Amino acid sequence: MVPLSYYLVLSAILFTCGVAGFLIKRNIISIFLSIELMLNGVNLSFVAFAAQWKAFSGQVFVFFVMVVAAAEAAVGLAIIIAVFRTRETLNVDRVNLLKL
Amino acid sequence: MIHLILFSIFGIVCVAGAVNLLVQRHPINSALSLVVVMGSLAAEYMLLGAEFVAAIQVIVYAGAVMVLFIFVIMLLNAGEEEQTRGSRVAQLFGIPGMLIGSALVAWVLVAHSGTQAVPAGALPGPPKTIGWLLFHDYLLPFEITSVLVLIAIMGAVVLASPAQAIQQSKKER
Repeated sequence: MVPLSYYLVLSAILFTCGVAGFLIKRNIISIFLSIELMLNGVNLSFVAFAAQWKAFSGQVFVFFVMVVAAAEAAVGLAIIIAVFRTRETLNVDRVNLLKL
Repeated sequence: MIHLILFSIFGIVCVAGAVNLLVQRHPINSALSLVVVMGSLAAEYMLLGAEFVAAIQVIVYAGAVMVLFIFVIMLLNAGEEEQTRGSRVAQLFGIPGMLIGSALVAWVLVAHSGTQAVPAGALPGPPKTIGWLLFHDYLLPFEITSVLVLIAIMGAVVLASPAQAIQQSKKER
């Protein structure tokens, strides 16, 4: 028997790791990976609460989060490819102008 | 007891993967440690009795999304990230901020949440129940996500195709 709060702590640790990666990392792909980590942390708390209250809707919402994450990954990686094609860099500090 | 042991093992693997994602310089190493995080999260979902979520976590997340990431990393030949002044400032504030934030959240959750223990395999619901919910109660959101995915696919194709290809197809029309 594991208390629900342990699951929530694990999910919070994953989320804060994601936030820290988002702030620390300078490679645009690593920043994107940190966003995925945050989404995973949120999913864990969804499933833990679903188990706590025996509500299956939580798992359905995890499904929706995953669909949105997949769509976001597809579009985001396409944007990364477009940025790399025009600027030849993945460092976000060098991508600071809208106009080329 | 065995539930707690399994939870701790997979939780430690999960956190180690997440920290490794932060520490690694090379994006491919970060991506592979994220795969480790997702695999151990799937095990946590199994402990909670969410078989369907565990399966799609492995198939969709660790399988499809991460393969897409690794394809892009290899396609762009992404190397080690270079350090700039901005990133050192972010490290200086980010790491203590993360530690304080996670300690605070953990303390609040453990001390003040007042929740009961979650039994192993708490949800006896098979994927059948999820399918029923998905196609009855959540039919409209489900259909909307299918439209969203379609738009995302088209957007990805348009964004990733070279500019000349788009102009050429306009001329042909």
